[in-house]
Amino acid sequence: MIIAEQKPIEEILEMLAPHKKILLAGCGACVTVCQAGGEKEVGVLASQIRMARKEAGNPIEIVEMTLTRQCEPEFMEEAKDAMKDVEAVLSIACGIGVQLMAQTFYDKPAYPGLNTTFLGLPEEHGVFTERCAACGNCVLHLTGGICPIARCSKSLLNGPCGGSQNGKCEISQDVDCAWQLIYDRLKAIGKLENLTEIIPPKKWITSRDGGPRKIVREDLRI
Amino acid sequence: MDYQSGRRTEENRKGGPSDMKSGSNLEKVLEKGEFAVTAELGPPKGNDVEVVYEKAKYLKGVVDAVNVTDNQTAIVRMSSIATSKIIMDLGLEPVMQMTCRDRNRIGMQSDIFGATALGIKNCLCLTGDHQRFGNEIDSKNVYDLDSIQLLSVLKAMRDEGKTLGGEEIEGNIKLFLGAAANPFGDPFEFRAIRLAKKVKAGADFIQTQVIYDMDRFREWMKMVRDLGLHERTHIMAGVMPLKSGGMARYMAKNVAGVTIPDEIVKRMVAAPKGKGAAEGIKICIETIEQLKEIEGVHGVHIMALEWEHRVPEICEEAGLLPRPS
Amino acid sequence: MGSENPKIVAFCCEESGMPAYEHALSLGLELPEGLRVIAIPCGGKAETGYIMKALDEGADAVMVFACYEGNCKYVRGNIRAEKRVNYLKGRLEKLGLSPEKIVFCPVAPANGVRFAELLQQEIEVLRKGT
Repeated sequence: MIIAEQKPIEEILEMLAPHKKILLAGCGACVTVCQAGGEKEVGVLASQIRMARKEAGNPIEIVEMTLTRQCEPEFMEEAKDAMKDVEAVLSIACGIGVQLMAQTFYDKPAYPGLNTTFLGLPEEHGVFTERCAACGNCVLHLTGGICPIARCSKSLLNGPCGGSQNGKCEISQDVDCAWQLIYDRLKAIGKLENLTEIIPPKKWITSRDGGPRKIVREDLRI
Repeated sequence: MDYQSGRRTEENRKGGPSDMKSGSNLEKVLEKGEFAVTAELGPPKGNDVEVVYEKAKYLKGVVDAVNVTDNQTAIVRMSSIATSKIIMDLGLEPVMQMTCRDRNRIGMQSDIFGATALGIKNCLCLTGDHQRFGNEIDSKNVYDLDSIQLLSVLKAMRDEGKTLGGEEIEGNIKLFLGAAANPFGDPFEFRAIRLAKKVKAGADFIQTQVIYDMDRFREWMKMVRDLGLHERTHIMAGVMPLKSGGMARYMAKNVAGVTIPDEIVKRMVAAPKGKGAAEGIKICIETIEQLKEIEGVHGVHIMALEWEHRVPEICEEAGLLPRPS
Repeated sequence: MGSENPKIVAFCCEESGMPAYEHALSLGLELPEGLRVIAIPCGGKAETGYIMKALDEGADAVMVFACYEGNCKYVRGNIRAEKRVNYLKGRLEKLGLSPEKIVFCPVAPANGVRFAELLQQEIEVLRKGT
């Protein structure tokens, strides 16, 4: 899922400085799971902003709401009424949600309360790691189900590099060497011979490098 | 000034009269079966050529070629291609290092056109230390290719006269291709297989990471010989003289890919004050003597960064002088 | 703070906080006038949202009374509560407010005296802060 984390409160307060009444909109999907922008987080953040503004002698009114998802146009209906009476929306959905809010409620500013960081999963409660680089050309079948683009610091396709030590990446003891993981897994499933083949240069054009991507499914268009 | 011929003729294509890949001095020494010696030169953090002259003067005549590092540890330095040309003009032969960290395939192939046009004949292909180690940690990550893919690309440029994208090259790329190897990295069982991949991709010569642990290195060489790799590529063993007990302890603990046996650390630490450097040189020379005896080791690569003035004595004491040619 | 009677919201867990409060009452100990006790099944139920809402709506301080480490009936509820309190202290500082406004107080069930003491300590801290 998409993992995000809240922006520093100073940044958020700065964005909201010119406003007296806003909608604080959470999202019920990914950001709820990574506890950055769900219903609970809406409540906590709203209280914090109100308290900080009260302390500064410049109170702010906050309408709180959590949409089913902020990444689909049909759910924007849920915010329609609330948006009529506010000056702006602080969205604590991922970057996609903020953009859809901005696009849907075109005449009012939409501010991002989160920094959307990566595609990943919770390793354990409260610990999230990056797993997918959305490169548009998946090679997981070659690497035993471990993504070398997202999980190797250098996105090597013929790793490891010389910096792999004790299963850790040279950049930090907190980062596993993806190629050690790949080696172990290919060994476990009896496919070590995959590693003797040279994987040719990646066609990055399918990735963001080729420009913003778009998929059109004619079979789905009404 | 020495410029590579721009036109491809039957003579200077692959398989020409000399059958040399580049005709470089390093290639000649290795092909003749002589024990080769290379050293390293780190360019300045700027354009002060005096720094280059200072280092280069010690290396002239005592080594067969000099590696010019490429923004090593992601610290911005004068480019390897420019520094290589400067030392060529001083009469030294460069081994231009090229990492995958800072340039994409367009930039790298372009640099190879330029480097070979300037007369550079040796190129060492490296992945490159991650930018987090350096002094521009916010930079965008490139790594369009990895070192193995880079080797394949340069080999195809040389042997087939084509770029990765399939374009015919206007001219003739002649390069002696090198790669790095780490006998001490993990996973250990995989290291020889990875070396095989580099050889398959086109590595004509290999320079290893610094060696202090002779036993482990011998183990690795055995795996390498078992795969027949020592006959398909020239392996040069990396050595680095330790300067002090502190340096020994630091490297043993902190530098990825470097193992230093306790007895060597002990020797360095036990050396009397002011005598640490001498002990380090002594250990380096002993290491070189032992390396000469190992089957499949065709040369030594001396990494004495910021200590270039000690290279002549190391070569002298280790019986490596005079150099052929 | 303003008034002589600071408004203190005390989230008390059923296993230790509430019995300690009741013990304090039975001993006839003096408890602050502005005290408001809220029973929760476990310290782990003291959510960040409730704590912040209490402060937002005018509480001068929020205290979470839960079990000592190792004694939580629900195993780790008290640990969660303490972590949340520490996290929120950091948040308050960033907002320019005193981190002393929230406290995590481990207490034994039969210790009404300690319960009253902790309340009094917090009042002193609040007074010093103004």
